[in-house]
Amino acid sequence: MTSVLLITFAATLIYISIANRLLTYINILAFQGLLLFGVSFVELNEINIVNLVFILLETIVFKTFAVPLFLNYVIKKNRITRDAEPYLPNFFSLVIVTLIIVATFLISTSIDDPRLNKVYFVVALSALFTGLYLIMTRKKLITHVMGFLVIENGVFILSLAVGAEMPMLVNTGILLDLFVSVLLLGIFVNKIGDVLQTADVDQLQNLKD
Amino acid sequence: MFAFYLSGTVLISALLFVNQRRRANYLLVAAFAVLQWVLIAHGFMHRGETELYGFFKTDALALLMLTTLGIVAVPAFYHSYVYFNDSEESPRKRGIFFMSMVILLAAVSGAYLSNHIAVTWVFVELTTLAASGLIYYHRDAAALEGTWKYVFVCSISITFVFIGILFLSIALQQVGYADLSFPALVQQAATLDVFWLRLSFIFIFTGFSAKMGLVPMYTAGIDAKDKAPSPAGALLSSVLMNMGFVGMFRFYQVIAGTAIQEWAGNVIFIAAGLSIFVAAVYMLKVQNIKRMLAYSSIEHMGLVMLGVAAGGVGYYAAVLHLILHAFAKSSMFFQMGQVFRIYRSKYISDTGNYFSYHLPGAAALLLAFFCVTAMPPSGLFVSEFLIFRSLFEGHHLLLLIAVLVLLTLIIWAFGKSLFRLLFTPPQHFDAAKAGRVSGYESLSQFFLLGLVIYLGFNPPALMVELIQDAVKNVPN
Repeated sequence: MTSVLLITFAATLIYISIANRLLTYINILAFQGLLLFGVSFVELNEINIVNLVFILLETIVFKTFAVPLFLNYVIKKNRITRDAEPYLPNFFSLVIVTLIIVATFLISTSIDDPRLNKVYFVVALSALFTGLYLIMTRKKLITHVMGFLVIENGVFILSLAVGAEMPMLVNTGILLDLFVSVLLLGIFVNKIGDVLQTADVDQLQNLKD
Repeated sequence: MFAFYLSGTVLISALLFVNQRRRANYLLVAAFAVLQWVLIAHGFMHRGETELYGFFKTDALALLMLTTLGIVAVPAFYHSYVYFNDSEESPRKRGIFFMSMVILLAAVSGAYLSNHIAVTWVFVELTTLAASGLIYYHRDAAALEGTWKYVFVCSISITFVFIGILFLSIALQQVGYADLSFPALVQQAATLDVFWLRLSFIFIFTGFSAKMGLVPMYTAGIDAKDKAPSPAGALLSSVLMNMGFVGMFRFYQVIAGTAIQEWAGNVIFIAAGLSIFVAAVYMLKVQNIKRMLAYSSIEHMGLVMLGVAAGGVGYYAAVLHLILHAFAKSSMFFQMGQVFRIYRSKYISDTGNYFSYHLPGAAALLLAFFCVTAMPPSGLFVSEFLIFRSLFEGHHLLLLIAVLVLLTLIIWAFGKSLFRLLFTPPQHFDAAKAGRVSGYESLSQFFLLGLVIYLGFNPPALMVELIQDAVKNVPN
């Protein structure tokens, strides 16, 4: 069951690499939150109830509803254009993200650890590198935030793979999620529109040598 | 004691946020400075003890770095006071500035003292948040850009560290352990699977490089130090970079006991060498003095890591270099605040003839230049010399030659800009508009630079013993 969910997750990574509209990105992120809810529900239901509620709240409430709605609000408020504006054509993105998945798959074959579920490992690392790729090849700041959220989802999967034996770490990871994304988005939504006095948010390119 | 310190910090920072009267702010900040020194004194009296469920330990490395922090923090507070006296800023901004500074110092202290890799992680995360409050001080577009970049790059880096910790915990579970405290890790190191350790090292190293200012992630710190007010910039380029080193070095001690030490050393050599290269390239073209200082910090961190990777006497030299660099670089940043108040510009082309406008400051700046570039009266000369010796003894001759060439370029570029500021008459500057700066404000810089010279050539026995204790876990 978890394998199906995780493989679907990997498929969303390919989809996000070729999506054109910001709205599609947001929908994919919400869907990923839903998938993560499924995975953590199947995987962690023997852990104590507080931990469980914590994780479920985080995936459903935070990743599926709060963050996508918030992103939507940011886009509306700052009147950001709908296009994702990649630097590379979508075909290359498709090839590169596929290569990322294949590469992590190859890496995982070299591991001989019976305790680690390799599907988790492959999907987590793919999400991590896809997120980095999105950050590097997209022009808008809001897509950088989305890339970061994809990375966070990858970290979430990785911590689930380890988490069965380490609840403390899982909780720290959740702390990271809440803390950083709220802060990043908070700065984004409140300040950039106000300070720059313009709808165009692609202007943060003045500090350089 | 550390619990008391943390709760005191929380209380002081909350009061700073709520109470925005000038005098109350200064009293609170003074109270924090006292608290910080009480923590340091307590640490020396209870050396090697663990606190708060074993999560914190006052070991030698932590004590050295804490003392450095304590010494830099006092002038940083003083120069912030001067800064706010000079500019008519809103009480709210001042309150938030001091609050961020107090939280930053406390978080850095926590990361120094941490005895557990996940606890280090939490405090490093906290420093990002606190530092963003300092960088965003001016509330304009440039500050926003600097803050955004800093927060974004640091968030990604801290996520990398977390991934590294996850890999590490996979390796630990294989041998049936779940304890992520540093002593336990060092003890278990030899039994851990090298595949997971390698992955873990790559991620943790990359992650901490953002805080320390090394090649993959150094960019964030440059904008941050440029945009933050100079007393904050001084902290960012001294104690915060030291924190990156502490995190990295504690993990390196784990790696040092395994089969991949040589591989890890090579990774560090590459990152450190590239850092010095990048610093040299940018210092040749940078026009903004604060950015130049920031790149110079990158160069010094590269040197420190070269010492660590070379091993032998390099470990000792690395820690010494780190401490002395913190004093030298922070004094330079403090002095930059005064330069800015005279010329109202950070660009070299707008400045000149500093000697005629502010003699004590110019003398301090000249001395700081000699200290930072590691010319003989400077203690950094000693540590840099020891680092070169360790490279020589480790048979890294080509690297040593390349580094020496790059350092020559850096000294030339640095000197060209700084001598222009000090001696050449300014081009577009109306002398009547020059700001007034009291000579006494340079006293703290002379004190810090005096320490750089004194500690380098005549290190107290306690300091030598502490440094040797701090590096005892790494094989020679």
